[in-house]
Amino acid sequence: MAPSCTARGGEQMASAPEPATFALSSTGKRWLRPWLTRHLQTFFYTLGLLSRAPLASFLTAAVIGMALALPAGLYVLLDNVRDATRGWDGSNEISLFLQLNISDDKAEAIAGNVRDWPEVARARVITRAQALEEFRQLSGFADVMDAFSSDNPLPAVIVVEPTVGAGDGVTMDKLLGRLGELPEVDFAQFDLAWLKRLYGILRIVERGVLVLAVLLAGGVLLVVGNTMRLGVENRRQEIEIAKLFGATDAFIRRPFLYSGLLYGALGGVIAWLLVWVCFLLLGEPVQHLTALYSGDYRLQGLAAWASVVLVAGGAMLGLLGSWLSVGRHLPAIEPS
Amino acid sequence: MIEFHDVTKRYPNGYEALRNVNLRVESGAMAFLTGHSGAGKSTLLRLTTLLERCTRGQVLVGGHNLSRLSRRRIPYFRRNIGVVFQNHRLLMDRTVFDNVALPLVIAGHSHAEVGRRVRAALDKVGLLDRSRAFPITLSGGEQQRVGIARAVVHRPRILLADEPTGNLDPELSREIMELFESFNHVGVTVLIATHDISLIAHMGYDILTLKDGSFVHGAGR
Repeated sequence: MAPSCTARGGEQMASAPEPATFALSSTGKRWLRPWLTRHLQTFFYTLGLLSRAPLASFLTAAVIGMALALPAGLYVLLDNVRDATRGWDGSNEISLFLQLNISDDKAEAIAGNVRDWPEVARARVITRAQALEEFRQLSGFADVMDAFSSDNPLPAVIVVEPTVGAGDGVTMDKLLGRLGELPEVDFAQFDLAWLKRLYGILRIVERGVLVLAVLLAGGVLLVVGNTMRLGVENRRQEIEIAKLFGATDAFIRRPFLYSGLLYGALGGVIAWLLVWVCFLLLGEPVQHLTALYSGDYRLQGLAAWASVVLVAGGAMLGLLGSWLSVGRHLPAIEPS
Repeated sequence: MIEFHDVTKRYPNGYEALRNVNLRVESGAMAFLTGHSGAGKSTLLRLTTLLERCTRGQVLVGGHNLSRLSRRRIPYFRRNIGVVFQNHRLLMDRTVFDNVALPLVIAGHSHAEVGRRVRAALDKVGLLDRSRAFPITLSGGEQQRVGIARAVVHRPRILLADEPTGNLDPELSREIMELFESFNHVGVTVLIATHDISLIAHMGYDILTLKDGSFVHGAGR
């Protein structure tokens, strides 16, 4: 026999307009405004939570910031090196150092001969006298050179400009070989071989920075994930009550995702500041160094787009970290 | 509104909390659930809010067969129910207002709507002037009234209470029960688990008595 309870005052109940069956979905055809409202509410609620514990929030963001600043700073440094050396690879010349006994006229004749080769665009002669003068001016050893003036130690040089670019290594090497075999040539040298090596080293460093960035991004995920795990644990009671009153998993997850996003973005801003300060500190000595090379190079800080990428990337990492962590730890909490 | 058909709940450790329970609470009814501790009152309420699922039998609430309700829809189902706990389970780091607002925020109401409804609910339980206070500064009776305001603020169809007067003196207990009655008068189905027989005996509502996981024969009506 089933106990059965009915309402007293039937007429009262008859007037109740509601159907006997519950509706089991969120209400309403209008969804945009409630959706926006909910997200704004959560955003400001989360902002409030973070600002209520400013030191803890700042420390978390600072850890993220430092992890992001390292690869970002190295990247900008690399970019600067590449920038500073960009002008150099435009000239793509081979220097032919002739035997010392070759006269200027003979050198001109060789240059004229070489000029007819299909791989050669231009060839010009630097006479022994010109070479000496140039060396005197640029080396700063003018006085020493004067001592040699009776006996010029420098050979004549033919500067050959190939038709192909430096990128075409095979053709360049072949040309270099052929030029080197000319009997009057002491040795032929590709002027920018060292630049190619530098670029090779830069590519290795670049790859290293990339690997570092991936590792540190993993670190950021762990930091955010751990912070969120503690957050979920601290707010266990609140989560249970919210679930009892019909909160969806998405509702409970949302503030955590927002705080991950905010931590990440704040970390990005801190990273930006760190890079900015570092470059401020480096700027003066770098200028001093470039002045020694009679150049005028100014360090470039983070470009506007790179700054946006840094902050947005931090925010995305924060979001991902909290999403992974909360997704793992939330299902464990069921109301009792 | 609430129907149990041959419901058995056995816990993993083998303990049978409910045994072949049948129950029917009509829409708009008010009823009391009594019995010694461990008789299965709480389990019955937990099955009704889908905190647990029954081992055997059928639970129907608001026209839904709960064993067929997918996990994804449980939150929406729960929004039709208000729950009051013995220890009220208020969030101590939130104001009275924020505690009561929780079900409305969950349901995604606008800011203005939340404010309006929370004030109405607090007014109903006589605590409108304490909305900015923190629960810790309130007396036990006041805390329980905040819990009740939270349970009804989203206008649920069913109001469940598990020992809502367990920690209160008789005078306060009577006030709380009158509050439940007033919600029943406006059409809310109310089911209250209590062992305070002396309090409910002369209120004139159905009393369902559980003993060792089954209803006592002939109890209630």
